[in-house]
Amino acid sequence: MNKREYTIALAGNPNTGKSTLFNVLTGLRQHTGNWPGKTVIHAEGFFTYKNEEYRIIDLPGTYSLYSNSADEEVARDFIIFSKPDVTLVVLDATALERNLNLALQVLEMTDRVIICLNLMDEAKKKGIVIDIANLSKKLGVPVVPLAARNKEGIEELLETVARMVHGEINTTPLVVAYSRAIEEKIAKLLPLVKEVVGEEYPARWVALRLLDGDTSLLHALQHHPHHFLKEGATYACHCAKSV
Amino acid sequence: MRATVPNPFDELMEHAKRLTDGDTREQIVASIFQTSRQICQETVTYTKQEKRYETEKLDRIFTSKIWGFPIMLAMLAVVIYITIAGANVPSSLLAEFFGWLEGYITLLFQQLHAPSWLHGILVLGLYRGTTWVVSVMLPPMAIFFPIFALLENYGYLPRVAFNMDRLFKKSGAHGKQSLTMAMGFGCNAAAIMSTRIIESPRERMLAILTNNFVPCNGRWPTLILLASLFMAAGYTGGWKTFATASVVVAMVVFGIIVTLTVSWILSKTALRGVPTHYTLELPPYRRPKIWDTIVRSTLDKSVYVLKRAVTVAAPAGVLTWVLANIHVGDTTVLAYSAQLLDPFARQLGLDGYILLAFILGLPANEIVVPILLMGYLSTGALIEVDGLHSLKQIFLDHGWTWLTALNMMLFSLLHYPCGTTLVNIYKETKSKKWTFLSFAIPTAIAIVVTFTTAHLVQWFGLL
Repeated sequence: MNKREYTIALAGNPNTGKSTLFNVLTGLRQHTGNWPGKTVIHAEGFFTYKNEEYRIIDLPGTYSLYSNSADEEVARDFIIFSKPDVTLVVLDATALERNLNLALQVLEMTDRVIICLNLMDEAKKKGIVIDIANLSKKLGVPVVPLAARNKEGIEELLETVARMVHGEINTTPLVVAYSRAIEEKIAKLLPLVKEVVGEEYPARWVALRLLDGDTSLLHALQHHPHHFLKEGATYACHCAKSV
Repeated sequence: MRATVPNPFDELMEHAKRLTDGDTREQIVASIFQTSRQICQETVTYTKQEKRYETEKLDRIFTSKIWGFPIMLAMLAVVIYITIAGANVPSSLLAEFFGWLEGYITLLFQQLHAPSWLHGILVLGLYRGTTWVVSVMLPPMAIFFPIFALLENYGYLPRVAFNMDRLFKKSGAHGKQSLTMAMGFGCNAAAIMSTRIIESPRERMLAILTNNFVPCNGRWPTLILLASLFMAAGYTGGWKTFATASVVVAMVVFGIIVTLTVSWILSKTALRGVPTHYTLELPPYRRPKIWDTIVRSTLDKSVYVLKRAVTVAAPAGVLTWVLANIHVGDTTVLAYSAQLLDPFARQLGLDGYILLAFILGLPANEIVVPILLMGYLSTGALIEVDGLHSLKQIFLDHGWTWLTALNMMLFSLLHYPCGTTLVNIYKETKSKKWTFLSFAIPTAIAIVVTFTTAHLVQWFGLL
């Protein structure tokens, strides 16, 4: 009997109630420290749902994942290299447009995404109505409305997470269409990217980052940030390899 | 070996570099924004148009060029006023309670025929030091921080950062320094950790070196106590509280001015450079869970104060009592040290005991006043400190004037950070030099400012 633990990453802008959700999910089963070699707070916790163990990592709150800062780099590296089973992107329902930018970037990196539309209570008060089904269809991933501080929507979220880790949900993440010039460059770069970095990483996204002149990413790809893997066999990618 | 084989990664990078041009990032970001907007247009509807721009409307007031600063000052004044007005009664109740309890503890010691040195260490040292910290620190902290947390959760704090941003930029520092500064009101040691939000090492160092100039948890009560005893002496009732609050607000503003000045000087000298750009997000205003916020931050702060009282104030109380009771010749170690410091301290408008209290109070600012009182009381007849009224008498008996109080407040505001903060600074900077400077710069400023104040006042014959 090999009981595995699922890894969940929690991403989102600051001030979206990301930490509230983290606290609601984990209760007191959490600890904080530093990301190895970085002065960025690392918080992780655990919870059990339907007899299965989940490990959840609260990524630093960021507005983008372009590695402008140590925070963004940590969040980006975790999603890319640790390949969490599910990445939850917490969005502020009262400021959806601004918050979606981050969600779109995450969707470029992984297809195992659930959108947590938090602060729904606040949005309702402000008369903001969001067509959840349509939003989910457009983004191509599940969207769960939440009011984390009132503990509303948590059950549905957990159920969605469980279904996703068991492969019961098929996602077709939205592909952001860039300008013709950029799309052409991506097309030129794509074969080479696939050849060099392999199928393990989202090639289109890597190509975009390269066009953006992001040298830190290529450096990271080349030298595999070992600290992300070393932390233990609990990571999904590790388990898969060691089995 | 490696050099001969062209690295495929380098090749890829080269290839990408040839394809890319200057504004790729802008184009990428623009497409993402465009997509977000499009999705929102098709999925979001607003049923209450008047509520849609609420945040913008409020921001026009709170971050206005004309009203921004007056509102900030007014908020600060109101918070401090409520703190002072609210803390008085519970403070004296707690003090009375502990005094009443002390009577029984002393009786118990007498019943057990405990030696008087044991009673001295445990009751006059440990018990008094600890209960002082609890009764004087706890009520103001339990009022100040919940209000502060409410303002933060409403979303006002980022607006403060927005308003202050311009000033910090002008002094060559990072706008986010105003946020770490705000953290400093709670605890400088914690604020040092919070400077991590500043990316550039240069600007982060500025924030670390100047964080000490905002009064922390341990110094608020000292400021409030001295202001209410000496600065507001001529007033009664509500006006007294108002005068006290005004003096404390003036102290805070002075601290901020020193912060900006020191940042400016450092960014022109040792830490030269241009401030980096950053985007400051102003989250929407939202009503926090009021009771939750109040209860949580009150509990947090209470636990914090109690922990400090036990871990820092208690040992310091014991140490001070021991120093005050070990006799060398016909004087105590404490009195001897105080005499030694006295000539220098007088130049700063203080006295030897005050300076000694600051030195012994290095581990934590909370214990400066208790140490001072112990020092004073050990020299004369032992008086029971049962309220704030007798406190003032003790100070007056030792030749205090309003100038002494003012200088002690200034010294408290400006002097070196506490031991915990220094340890954190070392941990964060990993540099002995910068840790030393973060000790030396404030100390030098504290000495210069108090010296100048003392001599100016004497020179003008204001006393």
